[in-house]
Amino acid sequence: MLRQLIIDPVLSPADARELRAGDRVLITGELLTARDAACQRMVETLSAGGRLPFDLAGRIIYAVGPTPAKPGRVVGSAGPTTAARLLPFLDRLLGAGLRGIIGKGDFPPEGVEIFRRHGALYLAAIGGAGATIAKTITAVEVVAYGDLGPEAVHRFRVRGFPAVVAIDVEGNNLHEMARARWRRLQP
Amino acid sequence: MSLGAPLTSPSPRQVPVARIRDTVAQLVVEANVAIGDDVLAALRRAAEEEESPLGRDVLVQLIDNYETARRERVPACQDTGLTIVFLEVGQDVHLVGGDVRAAVHEGIRLGTRAGYLRSSVVADPLLRGNTGDNAPGIIHMRIVPGNRVHVTVACKGFGSENKSRLKMLTPADGVEGVKKFVIETVDRAGAQGCPPFVVGVGIGGSFETAALLAKKALTRPIDRRHPRPDLARLEEELLDAVNGLGIGPQGMGGIRTALGVNIEVYPTHIAGLPVAVNIGCHSNRHRDMWI
Repeated sequence: MLRQLIIDPVLSPADARELRAGDRVLITGELLTARDAACQRMVETLSAGGRLPFDLAGRIIYAVGPTPAKPGRVVGSAGPTTAARLLPFLDRLLGAGLRGIIGKGDFPPEGVEIFRRHGALYLAAIGGAGATIAKTITAVEVVAYGDLGPEAVHRFRVRGFPAVVAIDVEGNNLHEMARARWRRLQP
Repeated sequence: MSLGAPLTSPSPRQVPVARIRDTVAQLVVEANVAIGDDVLAALRRAAEEEESPLGRDVLVQLIDNYETARRERVPACQDTGLTIVFLEVGQDVHLVGGDVRAAVHEGIRLGTRAGYLRSSVVADPLLRGNTGDNAPGIIHMRIVPGNRVHVTVACKGFGSENKSRLKMLTPADGVEGVKKFVIETVDRAGAQGCPPFVVGVGIGGSFETAALLAKKALTRPIDRRHPRPDLARLEEELLDAVNGLGIGPQGMGGIRTALGVNIEVYPTHIAGLPVAVNIGCHSNRHRDMWI
């Protein structure tokens, strides 16, 4: 099913609980962006007992490093990066209150378990659809770690951002279910 | 290997490296905004054939994305890639006006700025540190017969690159061993490699040759089979086999996990059977030009 999802700026626990693996969503509201270098820095800060320059509680992180915006545009190409690379940071960030992440690709079983344990979500956006996803982004500002260039933490305002629920709060894993359903070959 | 038609000119033919610089600058943008006709055609066919509803929805969105990028001349994907440049320099060419390698890297910088591409290069693999200008690229240069320069720019995103693998098989492993390794590599690439894939396979040569063959295989149009009938058959068998893995577009499940498999081969040692699998994603960005 296709549903409108409001994340403004947090995703309510009730909304998160209602989503099921396989649900297609169109997100309106606010996402924070972060990928490898920013997540590393966040976890280092938290581990050292420091405070982040933004509040993660209830937020959704979109794992993306966009291209620079052409003149007159809000953002460049902005499709998702491979979320599984963020696995080493997941427990810490979800433990700090993060409600979920958006990325591409699947997580291994140990990653799925981390989402389930925190009651958090993983949403999959389409890898490579950088131009069309960019059209759903209405405003961009750098929030932190500007020195990281494309890997900085941004605030993206979005309207109708398409994603699929890949891991729901109960730990149902769309990628695993889908492959089992369609596999006809045992290598 | 195709040769550019020789040009009439006194031998050696002078080619200013600035021309190579500007050609690289042009091609790196073109590769990123305009997906290849062969891949777009394959995506359209796959969208018609895909039986998984979520998988088909992904393919339709990807086609829309590539058409949008072409129309608006914006990068189709935000990972505008590590720039890999193949230069085939004719024996009768004299490169003048500077260091050709510096010219290539400068062309990457210029194209990155002009095309609003992403600076995706770190200066050192261990110390990291974004170089800020998307350079340097990677250059594979070789001397060929003739008096022209063939420039191929391949922009390689690393979601797919990270899933590539190489193995030193033994002669006894044979073609069945090769098939097993290719299928297993695609299986392990799974959803993270950004399917549907284009799969480049290099067989033979030495350790590093096999990898380079696999990368070059990705620059051949995916609707063009290898001229050797046994290898053409193997390409088709492998494509069919990996499409049975069930991964589907973006791992959403389905029967179109890959759009094509290209194989390149080279003679190898009597004790060896190196095989490299370079996973490419559905953007499969490459453009070429003859100078």
